[in-house]
Amino acid sequence: MLPKPKKIRNVYLDHAATTYMDKRVLAAMQPYFSEIFGNPSSLYAEGRKANGALNDSRRAVAKLVNALPENIIFTGSGTESDNMAIYGIARAHEKKGKHIISLPIEHHAVLNPLEDLKKHGWEITYVKVNDQGLVDADAVIKAIRPDTVLISIMYANNEMGAIAPIAEIGRKLLQYRKANNSAYPYFHTDACQAAGFLDLDVEKLHVDLMTINGSKIYGPKGVGMLYIRRGTPIKALILGGGQERRLRSGTENIAGIVGFAKAFELVQTAKEEESARINKLVEYLWQKIQKEIPKVKLNGPAIGPQRLVNNLNATFMDIEGEALLLYLDEYRIMCSTGSACTSESLEPSHVLTAMGLPYEYSHGSLRFTFGHCNSKSDVDYLMKYLPLIVETLREMSPVKLAERQHAKYK
Amino acid sequence: MNQEPLKKEDMSQPVDIRGQDGGGWLYSDIVKDHFFHPRNFMQYGEDEKFKFNGMGRVGSPACGDEMVLWIQVDPETEKIKECRWRTFGCGSAIASTSVLSEMITENEGMKVDEAVKIKPQDILARLGGLPDRKIHCSVLGDKALQAAVNDYFRQTGQHNRIITAGAKVVDKVLNITDHDIEEAVLEGARNLEDVQKKLKVGVGDPESIPAIEDLIRFYTEKYYG
Repeated sequence: MLPKPKKIRNVYLDHAATTYMDKRVLAAMQPYFSEIFGNPSSLYAEGRKANGALNDSRRAVAKLVNALPENIIFTGSGTESDNMAIYGIARAHEKKGKHIISLPIEHHAVLNPLEDLKKHGWEITYVKVNDQGLVDADAVIKAIRPDTVLISIMYANNEMGAIAPIAEIGRKLLQYRKANNSAYPYFHTDACQAAGFLDLDVEKLHVDLMTINGSKIYGPKGVGMLYIRRGTPIKALILGGGQERRLRSGTENIAGIVGFAKAFELVQTAKEEESARINKLVEYLWQKIQKEIPKVKLNGPAIGPQRLVNNLNATFMDIEGEALLLYLDEYRIMCSTGSACTSESLEPSHVLTAMGLPYEYSHGSLRFTFGHCNSKSDVDYLMKYLPLIVETLREMSPVKLAERQHAKYK
Repeated sequence: MNQEPLKKEDMSQPVDIRGQDGGGWLYSDIVKDHFFHPRNFMQYGEDEKFKFNGMGRVGSPACGDEMVLWIQVDPETEKIKECRWRTFGCGSAIASTSVLSEMITENEGMKVDEAVKIKPQDILARLGGLPDRKIHCSVLGDKALQAAVNDYFRQTGQHNRIITAGAKVVDKVLNITDHDIEEAVLEGARNLEDVQKKLKVGVGDPESIPAIEDLIRFYTEKYYG
């Protein structure tokens, strides 16, 4: 019933899920599998070579976030870094207090550890976000209590791209600490989605801990890092040989770390240019959607400085996201939905729900996230079929019947 | 696209939708066929013309699925001559309504007395199965059909034939009765969470939850106690 395309095109619009690896990254990693294979802890030449690569990578990454090399801890993923920040601070400071501040729109790598801590007597304050998913810096500061030891707020949201005012919160937090003559609370940000597009200077952001991973920045999967500011006591979660300043034991994943450092360097160097290019594509797509598809609502902040440049999340009313994904997949267009039908829990997106979006809106949401491989032709290909798919599913949907108050409809 | 990050499988293969837990699930070819080529749905412009004498509606978009079924019953033979439907929901919800519409109208139509005996399992079998957590979708199809047949009985003044026999509606939003809870327990559900996975009961009608939990306890005791 829908037209078959003459030429099928792979259109990957799910860069917030993960990215393919940049070929330059792969090339940088190549020698560290079979040739330079040594354990960085070994004294002999083979070990020293590996250790040299590790140190070079650490220096390169540190420079990109304006930190010292010893402040960078390499981990196994963004999730591990988030867990390390939360449990590590919680365990080191529970005598001071058992209260943490966060947002309801965080990634599950933050939310699930927080919910777990709750079972052990911790109290968590989730500061409300507005209907665009934005948080007010003052509201975060106001939530601080004498027993608050940590604030954890993601830099840019993975589902609808809202950018939190991290630098502003950081500045106000410094003022709070000064006024109260306290080192608390510490400040963590999950910057996984932001890493490809935003400035990550920890001195400008005033964060004490920052999570980044490789799989969203055209780097390898299975590598992450946690920046830990000097003078931020933290307990290790993984004990063993004492690698990474005893904070993360386990023989270092040299190839992965080299690849991560290379990928991070590449995206950070090209971020202005790439942001401008992608911004044009996102605006082009959104204009086309608004022009060609009725009854669509943008989820998250308006396209602009408060929204991550590569993210477009919209609800197509009266229809359901998984059905949309299946049709799009027939045309090999790849994107995501906040619908319950694709989730394990059969619950719609917690992010959209926290923004006050009714369930029926979340069910019909689609997320497009752009990246390196996308061009205007991708948007044109998508928009050749998306209006037809939406129309087909709407024709099958009873929802608008209720709106039209059909004469025979009871 | 200047790179080819992903190679997709042949389009004739079943669709593999991955859950967040990383485990895959598969839609059968039959499901895919009905999803991409739905039969008997109410097309634009048809709603004014299509003659029906029974209509059933279950679910709500807030719950994730909503289904409307219109049936045209021949009062002489009591066979369902034609039907139309509209469904808001995921791939399996659309496919299961489509396959149900085929089941009740093929071979010159099913008698209403037979039609109301269609169980979710019958729809599932015809679809070649569904992924576990998608089964709740097809449960709506038989509910919509029963509601449509009851509506036919109502419209033709046969109130005595309306099927409530022994069934007590516990969830008014989804028209789920105590019989459905019993069925779910027989299928292996042991607590509210299990039953909700199958039926979504109580999601749209939270007030019904205590009564549902009582029923689960009762039937678990009865069959497995």
